[in-house]
Amino acid sequence: MQPYSALSLFKHSLSHHKNWQQVWRNPKPKSHYDVIIVGGGGHGLATAYYLAKEFGVSNVAVIEKGYLGGGNTARNTTIVRSNYLWDESAHLYEHSLKLWEGLSQELNFNVMFSQRGVLNLGHSLQDMRDISRRVNANRLNGIDGEILDPQQIQEIVPAMNCTANRRYPVLGASWQPRGGVARHDAVAWGYARAASALGVDLIQQCQVTGFEMEDGAVTGVKTSTHGTIRSEKVGCVVAGNSSVVAAMAGFKLPIESHPLQAFVSEPIKPVLDTVVMSNHVHGYISQSDKGDIVIGAGIDGYNGYGQRGSYPTIEHAVSSILELFPNFSRVRMNRQWGGIVDTCPDACPIISKTPVENLYFNCGWGTGGFKATPGSGQVFAASLAKGEMHPLAKPFSMDRFYDGSLIDEHGAAGVAH
Amino acid sequence: MFLIHCPNCNEQRSEDEFHPAGEGHIKRPDEPNATSDKEWGEYLFFRNNPRGIYRELWQHTVGCRKYFYIKRNTETYEIYNTYLLNDAIENNDSGGPI
Repeated sequence: MQPYSALSLFKHSLSHHKNWQQVWRNPKPKSHYDVIIVGGGGHGLATAYYLAKEFGVSNVAVIEKGYLGGGNTARNTTIVRSNYLWDESAHLYEHSLKLWEGLSQELNFNVMFSQRGVLNLGHSLQDMRDISRRVNANRLNGIDGEILDPQQIQEIVPAMNCTANRRYPVLGASWQPRGGVARHDAVAWGYARAASALGVDLIQQCQVTGFEMEDGAVTGVKTSTHGTIRSEKVGCVVAGNSSVVAAMAGFKLPIESHPLQAFVSEPIKPVLDTVVMSNHVHGYISQSDKGDIVIGAGIDGYNGYGQRGSYPTIEHAVSSILELFPNFSRVRMNRQWGGIVDTCPDACPIISKTPVENLYFNCGWGTGGFKATPGSGQVFAASLAKGEMHPLAKPFSMDRFYDGSLIDEHGAAGVAH
Repeated sequence: MFLIHCPNCNEQRSEDEFHPAGEGHIKRPDEPNATSDKEWGEYLFFRNNPRGIYRELWQHTVGCRKYFYIKRNTETYEIYNTYLLNDAIENNDSGGPI
């Protein structure tokens, strides 16, 4: 792998940047792998990377039906934080946040991780009680968090209307300074490049159409373009399509797929240098380095695979944002899109073995999977390599929907993506 | 944006008058006390979530407030038909694939 550095940039400039190596190989698939990862988004590519890097399993293929990082990895609002309420999820997301902090160096790829802080606003007394409970829980778990009053919020976000005479006045907020945003595509590309250099085969434009099974154990995958590829283990990281892939293997998941929308404005001058989220008015907003205002909406309540959302949802999100930022009322929107999120009843992921032996699923991240990309990949890789679930992944087994040990994160995950 | 025909009001109305309420035709176990944890978990949480034909429960929230079923396609967003709760599935297979 050609390392990226200021020196290499200079060297290549002498040859007019014509000799850069391809970022990843485009190999023909082998007939057999130790592990096949279905789904070439951020989580799948991270899983493949950590398998090869930390667990010595490099005979790995990532099979992607479209192009790498072309699903929800390319469609989210790029927010990274770890201020979750319950121990199980707080530990998982904090593990991930710690990996984010060294990710650009680790991958030798600038993922533009910017720890600009995340504000979660409170607009009612109950909001403030929930916020203080969550911040205290976070601090007990070693996660940074503070409770701010409206004046402190106003200092951080001068553009926001924090006056008391609003329909939904800002009464306070939780503040996680280590949270922030990252460049979503770069995360997929960085993992893909590093995994490819370690020998992982990235197979694009190849859809998995079924599983090869023997005696209740998976032995390979059937594909649309390369026939059957055999494998010891298969890990599925297919987000919104999880139920469809699970149905191919003959079981159901506690997941429903919903469209989730976001939109960006035309680029404007720097006005917002942090991330603002509000559960109560239901909106979240940040400004990208390019200057676009990035706004996230809620999910559509109905199931859908169409990668587009409905207009009432857009209207709702925009009215929430204008409640907080009336001065954005004449900012023009540039693009709007939808992704299909795999929502779980308890707003927590499923990282689990399945009724089919050697078939593992990592799904159910719902509206907030992007922030977990590195951590999810690492614990899933550990589980695949060792054949038993990583301690951080254990509470997220599918069995929790049978024995009742749900991890209810609707408070921390409800709007905040 | 859906235009939904409420089978109770017999009116074609826009999506924001309605509220989806999850997968339709899910039967509560007849004897909850005799149900295993696995069966109960499956009843409560596990869903078909298909890519394609889907029967979904909806409520006409700002209209008659009654529940009804929509048979629709989750990929193309086409609505095949809508029908009342006490209508059997077999009576509502017209207008699109089953």
